[in-house]
Amino acid sequence: MKTIYIKSILFISLCAGLSACSKKNDVQPEPSKKATLSLQFDNIVGDRNLQLNTGLYTNASGEKFTIQLLQYFISNIKVKTTADKEYTVDQDNSYFLVKESDGATQFCKVKVPEGDYKTLTFTLGVDSLRNTMDISRRTGVLDPTGGMDDGMYWGWNSGYIFFKMEGTSEQAPVDPTGVRKFRYHIGGFGGYSAPTFNNVKTITVDLSAAGIARVREGRESNVHFFVDVMKMFNGKTNISIAANPQVMFSNYSVNVANNFTSMFYHDHTEN
Amino acid sequence: MRKKILFILLSVFSLFIYACKKETAIQETLSSFLGFKQPVNFPAPAYKMENNPVTEGGFLLGRALFYEPRLSRDNTISCGSCHIQSSGFTQHGHDVSHGIDDRLGSRNSPPIMNLAWNKTFFWDGGVFDLDLQPVNPITNPVEMDEKIENVLLKLKQMPKYNQLFKQAFGTTEITNVRMMKALSQFMVMCVSANSKYDKVMRKEDGQAFTPDELAGYSIFKDKCSGCHTEPLFTDGSFRNNGIAAGPNNDEGRYLITLNPADQYKFKVPSLRNLSYTAPYMHDGRFLTLNGVLTHYTSEVKQTPNLDPVLQQNGQPGLVISGDDKFKLLAFLKTLDDKDFVTRKDLAEQ
Repeated sequence: MKTIYIKSILFISLCAGLSACSKKNDVQPEPSKKATLSLQFDNIVGDRNLQLNTGLYTNASGEKFTIQLLQYFISNIKVKTTADKEYTVDQDNSYFLVKESDGATQFCKVKVPEGDYKTLTFTLGVDSLRNTMDISRRTGVLDPTGGMDDGMYWGWNSGYIFFKMEGTSEQAPVDPTGVRKFRYHIGGFGGYSAPTFNNVKTITVDLSAAGIARVREGRESNVHFFVDVMKMFNGKTNISIAANPQVMFSNYSVNVANNFTSMFYHDHTEN
Repeated sequence: MRKKILFILLSVFSLFIYACKKETAIQETLSSFLGFKQPVNFPAPAYKMENNPVTEGGFLLGRALFYEPRLSRDNTISCGSCHIQSSGFTQHGHDVSHGIDDRLGSRNSPPIMNLAWNKTFFWDGGVFDLDLQPVNPITNPVEMDEKIENVLLKLKQMPKYNQLFKQAFGTTEITNVRMMKALSQFMVMCVSANSKYDKVMRKEDGQAFTPDELAGYSIFKDKCSGCHTEPLFTDGSFRNNGIAAGPNNDEGRYLITLNPADQYKFKVPSLRNLSYTAPYMHDGRFLTLNGVLTHYTSEVKQTPNLDPVLQQNGQPGLVISGDDKFKLLAFLKTLDDKDFVTRKDLAEQ
């Protein structure tokens, strides 16, 4: 008797708990209201969390390496609801520089109408149009006069660096500064007055498997991505540190950039 | 009653006069400032004037910044150090530019001249917006080796700049965008369109070419105008003129486009103000115009991507006789713009 009593209490509370959960999800979105959608870019290396300077990893070419610096642009965020309604975030508020060294930058927060979103599209890099805009429209992380500190702009060949990763490896040759460093500075928006390669990558992620984003006022839906930088090395082309320790503005950079699209993995969504 | 109104008007008027008096110096220049004027024999500018209309305040700020040594790390080098007005805004006597700590660049300082008509900047055209151009010399370790944010900090400490930024943009706020826009305003005002050639073309002051100049003009049209298009005397294109790579193997335009067809190509420079801007070519290898003409007639090398214009007679180079060279040089002299290299308003104050 007593067990049945306890069991039923447990059952009832479970139901109550469940209904509470579903209640939360059943709040009907009001598209006239805007709320925060957060995109979290959590950098990992293969099976392990990325640890700047201390983590030692091995790529498909068998080269051991550490990562000292990792930063990249995320921009032009677009979402699509479960009812296939698309919304593009106001472009001026859609540029983010994600830095491994600065946790806060790994959360890209945008305002979108309330809704249940099943698809997320963003750009890794900076679109060509913004690359050629008037300087007054390029403030904040896009400031082209920021110099070499953040180093995400090529002044000599006007254009943003989209993705920058530097680190050390025994397989890297000694560079002019006397260290065994690799440097991948990947950019190239297609050229302004003459065509060149275009390394701007648009990435579309289906959220339905690991959790759609239920965006509501008063809460923050956080779409948690794992960004596996090992996939930059191991992909359509295996990038070898020994063979290509420095990849910057060169035709080879296209091979590195082509590996980018497989780096992004949607792990889960916190609604 | 009328007397009272008259009195009020008079006092208001004297107030104005008083206000003006305080800023006499500014007022004087105001009255003579004409803004950006497109010369009648020039095409419409390439620079987007509507994004940065030239005002007197902006121009004065731009000029102060152009001659401001605080743009460099140790406050020794200004834009004007390598772009000297009397040398047609180039660095006379230097094959490659001479920057901070006596460091040397790898290319010859190009003139700050008629930039409003330039579609690209630098010898390789790597920059496509004049507003972005100053970032390079300021941050380049062999030129000014400074950070823009440091420059802004230094400027903020000088009351002069609070005043100049306010006059240019309405408030004392000093920002990088304002700094770049002001520098552009000064640079687009560096218009050279007052040479004898221009006056002849505009039929001003009854100016006419001498017989030698006129003969030189037709030689120019026959041999040179394929690349050095009038009235800017450059078509802004990138070409390999057969001078062959120098010791540093500078690949020029190729570094920007990575297109093998662009290897060893450099931007066609203007032929204006040649008397003031020696030495010549991207690495300043020719000290005199005679040297340049000798190159074109007898030293053009058959290198990959050699411009087709320079290989028309079954052999590389141009055919220009000694007498024709003399006449051509006479014509080129008519492109010197004395007014441009001496104008007070473009000089350091």
